[in-house]
Amino acid sequence: MWRRWRKLKEAFIEALIRLCGISATIFVVGIFLFVCREAFPLRHNPDFHLTEFFLSIQWYPTSEITKRYGVLAMIAGTFSVTLLSMLMAAPLGLGAAIYISEFCAPRPREILKVLVELLAAIPSVVWGFAGLTITSRLIVRFTSADVGVNLLNGAVLLALMSVPIIVSLAEDAFKAVPDSYREAAIALGATRWQTTWRVLLPAARNGLTAAVLLGFGRAIGETMAVLMASGHAITIPHSVLDPVRTLTANIAAELGEAPAESTHYQVLFLTGVLLFLITFVVNLSAGLVIRRERRS
Amino acid sequence: MVRLWSRDAVWCLGVLLTMTTGCSAGRGQRAETLRVRGSDTMLILAQAWAESYAKVDAHAAIEVAGGGSGQGIAALLKGAIDIANCSRNIKSEEVAEARANTGKEPKEFVVGCDALAVFVHRDNPMDEITINQLAEIYRVGGSLNRWSQLGARIPAGRDRIVRVNRQSSSGTYEFFRDHVLGKRDFQLGSLDMNGSKEVVDLIASTPGAIGYSGMAFAAADVKMLRVSPAPGKPAYAPSAANVLASHYPISRSLLVYTLGEPEPAVQKYIDWMRSPEGQRIVSDIGYVPIALGGKLTANTCGGAGAN
Repeated sequence: MWRRWRKLKEAFIEALIRLCGISATIFVVGIFLFVCREAFPLRHNPDFHLTEFFLSIQWYPTSEITKRYGVLAMIAGTFSVTLLSMLMAAPLGLGAAIYISEFCAPRPREILKVLVELLAAIPSVVWGFAGLTITSRLIVRFTSADVGVNLLNGAVLLALMSVPIIVSLAEDAFKAVPDSYREAAIALGATRWQTTWRVLLPAARNGLTAAVLLGFGRAIGETMAVLMASGHAITIPHSVLDPVRTLTANIAAELGEAPAESTHYQVLFLTGVLLFLITFVVNLSAGLVIRRERRS
Repeated sequence: MVRLWSRDAVWCLGVLLTMTTGCSAGRGQRAETLRVRGSDTMLILAQAWAESYAKVDAHAAIEVAGGGSGQGIAALLKGAIDIANCSRNIKSEEVAEARANTGKEPKEFVVGCDALAVFVHRDNPMDEITINQLAEIYRVGGSLNRWSQLGARIPAGRDRIVRVNRQSSSGTYEFFRDHVLGKRDFQLGSLDMNGSKEVVDLIASTPGAIGYSGMAFAAADVKMLRVSPAPGKPAYAPSAANVLASHYPISRSLLVYTLGEPEPAVQKYIDWMRSPEGQRIVSDIGYVPIALGGKLTANTCGGAGAN
């Protein structure tokens, strides 16, 4: 009897642990299926054309004349703001990681790491507010920009938000390089910088690439800060001082108001599917890069 | 290994199934509170009303939310709220949808008037603008995109007109499109803000900006332009006097809608909004009270909102 009970308990706990373990899969698949289900009726919608969706910048979901659903300008907005932010965040983040892992004394290192983690904990709406009230006004004052909430403003915020991720992951990558590499370099008479540049960077290359890719994934999915700080204007930007609208910000601004089951609503969900696929590809490639590193 | 994997898959499926079936099962019960939602223009007014009404009827609990006129009407048609605030007239499709889905007619009450104000930065030398110029600035293919075309010089050499606009569910956006642009589309590339306050805040920090919002959003760091109905005609400031005299060309009614005849508690609340006490709050907030004692069911605001 007692043994039976114990066996049952074991089985129960095992099932519970199993459920926890696969919960992430359940949520990801569940959300993806739900988003797809909402966008699915577009298949037979005469008002919707997939070519228009991808190739037109005309986004007029509530026009009185003809409703048009082109998201090209938002795709351009998303990628321009994310790429510009990575141009700033990658050197800054990798530099910080090099400093923390190779040059810093142990005590300040711990303090710096805590501060970097704190940076990651700032809510995105606070970043957005800072962008709206501080950096956008600085941009208007010090550049010839017509409007302060623009591509540059959004990219600066996204860069600051993704730096902590890049720093932590890149630092781990440096830590994973065996100390024997460093010792060998120093024994050959290399300076600290030569060791970092010629030995550690090549050795940690894959981990660093993954760090930047995951930072990219973080930046591309960010919503609130870019909604508040990048102008929310439907244009293909010609300079870094033009306002832009991203796919995420567009969903956040319009989903609440689009009548359920309407074409507008379904198109917004299709935008969600598109975003999901983009982040999936980015994260998958980061995962593949890390795996390649492990194998070598 | 294979067996383990298939067990995991069965688990996944099972949980997913319970999730999807569980979603459609529970439905919230109707609470005894009055739920009000809709226009962002009217949000400050609706909040002030809800606060003061607590003193009139201690039993009434009122929940107020914004989101835009379109969202308010949509929620009303779904039966999610009791009163929809709306800064534009209800559309014929929305009435048709209400009839088809619920068999009831939306009922309209005018609760105040607004002069849709046109804002520019305080350093902008312009003082007045015509409806036609506004349309040429905002409509698709419009001919005005530089301040110099209007004879205005903006400090710091910023000549481009930065068009500040609203999100498409906004009643203010639709009113502006219908009555200023003649139902034509807006030119893409405007900065689409999610609230009236955001429009005014952005204009305050952007020298070349122009935008529109309810008159109650006037602030010290932005300038309201006088608006003329046509070139050569006199321009009028967005003031209570000019709205009541039907001089201001883009004045509109602030409306609330109920689905079918309102229940007694809702009717009592709306009657109170339209009473002298409720209308005093309208003018305290910065809008124009309706002409009391006249034909209250008719549209009493004049201007473009009358048609």
